[in-house]
Amino acid sequence: MNNGLAGTTLRINLSTGEIHRFPTDEELFRRWHGGRGVIAKILYDEVPRNADPLGPENIFIVNVGIMSGCYIPAGSKTEFGSISPLTNGHGDSNMGGHFGPMLKFAGYDMIIFSGVSPKPIFLYVDNDAVELRDASQYWGFGSLDCEEQLKKDLGEDFEIVTIGPAGENGVLFSCITHDFGRQAGRTGQGAVMGSKKLKAIAVRGNRSIRVHDLESLEKQVTGIIQRTKEHPNMEPWQKYGTSFFIRWSNDNAVLPAYNFQTTYYEDVGKIDGDQLIEQCLITHKACFGCWMNCGKYTKAVIEGKPVVHLEGPEYETGATCGSNLGMKDINHVAYINWMLDNLGMDSMSGGGVTAFAMECFEKKFITKEDLEGFTLKWGSVDDVEHFLDMVAHKRGIGEWFAGGSKRAAEKIGQGSEKFAMQVKGQEMSGYDGRWAPGMLLSYMTADIGAHHNRSWTITVDMAEGRESVEGRAKIVVYLQHIRPLFDTWCICRLFWGELDISPEEIVESLNHITGWEVTVDESLRTSEMIWNLTRCHYLERNRENGRLFDYPPSRSWEDKIPSGPGKGKGVTLEQVEKMLDEYYEARGWDKNGNPTREVLTDLGLDFAGDNLEKIGLLGKPTPGGIPPVRGEKYKPKAF
Amino acid sequence: MRIKVNRDNCTGCRLCLQICAIEHFFEINPKKAALRIEAKFPDPGKFRPFVCTQCGKCAEVCPEDAVYQNEAGGYIVDQEKCTNCGDCVVACPVGVICQHPDLGYVIKCDFCMECTRICNTKALVEWKRKPVTAKKEA
Repeated sequence: MNNGLAGTTLRINLSTGEIHRFPTDEELFRRWHGGRGVIAKILYDEVPRNADPLGPENIFIVNVGIMSGCYIPAGSKTEFGSISPLTNGHGDSNMGGHFGPMLKFAGYDMIIFSGVSPKPIFLYVDNDAVELRDASQYWGFGSLDCEEQLKKDLGEDFEIVTIGPAGENGVLFSCITHDFGRQAGRTGQGAVMGSKKLKAIAVRGNRSIRVHDLESLEKQVTGIIQRTKEHPNMEPWQKYGTSFFIRWSNDNAVLPAYNFQTTYYEDVGKIDGDQLIEQCLITHKACFGCWMNCGKYTKAVIEGKPVVHLEGPEYETGATCGSNLGMKDINHVAYINWMLDNLGMDSMSGGGVTAFAMECFEKKFITKEDLEGFTLKWGSVDDVEHFLDMVAHKRGIGEWFAGGSKRAAEKIGQGSEKFAMQVKGQEMSGYDGRWAPGMLLSYMTADIGAHHNRSWTITVDMAEGRESVEGRAKIVVYLQHIRPLFDTWCICRLFWGELDISPEEIVESLNHITGWEVTVDESLRTSEMIWNLTRCHYLERNRENGRLFDYPPSRSWEDKIPSGPGKGKGVTLEQVEKMLDEYYEARGWDKNGNPTREVLTDLGLDFAGDNLEKIGLLGKPTPGGIPPVRGEKYKPKAF
Repeated sequence: MRIKVNRDNCTGCRLCLQICAIEHFFEINPKKAALRIEAKFPDPGKFRPFVCTQCGKCAEVCPEDAVYQNEAGGYIVDQEKCTNCGDCVVACPVGVICQHPDLGYVIKCDFCMECTRICNTKALVEWKRKPVTAKKEA
């Protein structure tokens, strides 16, 4: 194949141990663009609607897409997908590092796991050698410890993904870890691996990736790299990575503090990017083929605890596990980051769940007796360490929180769902949307729950007016098409936002790789098709009008921001409703948030329309029809 | 002409490996590169690039005289003469001569300097030595 694909797809039945090889379906990749798109279609087609996400009928997909590994800036991503145990809908999550390209160098574009293994196993791939091997000796290992041991046992040149004890124990926000600190964190993909008894995947390969026009690709990509070396954002990006944004977010009243009670953190100077670099940095670390090196490999030094090495904290972890937990020392934030990594839990949800538990403790909804004699006070690293251990091993009330804050709030009651900061079961990332209404709408409508990578609008809100919600929905719709495209292409999106590399340039690279003649608009349409399919899938599994699932917790409109530059600001419930109305209209969905026949037909998704019709959830025709183009093009400023 | 390594600057991105294989084999395949990156994680958590130092050991041990020195002083493999016996691979003190199952000859740096041009952290830089001048007589 001369189109960026390696050529082979593996299907592995873990119940029987059978491994089958198939030629990669080029047409599927052409139509759905790879990565998230192909995953969305396979999950829609193959997983029964009543399948338990942690049961044998769910499938677990590893997809490297088309562009990953193809000498493309930051072409490093691996996309994982399965029905999310956290949201009970389509789930996908990706990570950088070196695993995806290596899988392609070994000759594989995709691995689809089905069934449940009778015993712990790991998948060993060394070019043509593909074997399920016993993992009993690694079961129970931390994610990072397991990767270290596997490298010792197999060889340093293997690229490895692992899960930790949380994934083994079915903690619903468990992540997949790679390269000693890169995670596919969201939607509980680690829990699905754990349910299948799949502890790790180790890959090594030495083959070439063939592309359509390497000469043009090399010329274009080398040109982009040389051009952007002098970009003004390059230096801060290389120095701080995303930790730069901690202070910026605080200055702009979006940094969550004390479980999203406020957006101003008085001790930000103790946990910001400068502290990370000065106190913790060991080395700058990059993903495969990336010249921005946003990864910061660090150490956490705390008296009385072992010195630990980790990658991060990046912005999201710095926010969700730093200010959001009231931490006053960057080493403490880093230590919690390391704990979550090694236990195998998503640091965004992990931080969110811990913050929720801390507020419950503050309000006396949970007590020392519930916490095995420990307290859970803001800023206490010892308390957090003990709490996370309870959650990862589902000890006592740890089991409640192992289901995420939404499920924990159902157990705790007493109105705690108001401050369980999640949507569709997934915790919010590190931005408070009360004075950034587009960001709030992004969380509300993201197909995998409250995640920033589907649409990030902080600078849009700042430019377009933070008090008003007018016109924001159309921009969110566009961003929900352009941003997930990167997960479909399996490349990193940061250089688009930060170094001004245009979507047109990226699509030009895609065409050099594949020989296609795709336009940006065509790719955006593919992304819209994926978005509508994941929506249909969600409705088919959850059997209620979509609108019911699209509300944030009521803190978002009931409590105004109490301190800092955003003091007194916040959206109203009326504005939340208005944003939803405008959003559905912009998407061609009805007021109930259900896709209409007209939009599904326009996108070639009639089969999904038929399925919605059967269960009575097809959107009613909207007066005046659907917009001819959904979304409004917008280039958000970097920062 | 030599490649200077600032090892603490390396971020492990492997762009150098990719451009090396593209330049010499017109393929995307970091396993066909004439340099290597060692990653030591989790402890101490460092990358270390290894590049040819032009020590000449490969020329010394080659039974076919397939390694010659060009005008600029670089040791170059004559792909016609090389039999892929692997003696130089074993002898190379920095481990940057490698073999690949696709090829009937060894892969060795020819000092094209593309790796130094692509590197964004100056972990690899082109180092032009000053011309050696005769010492003044005392």
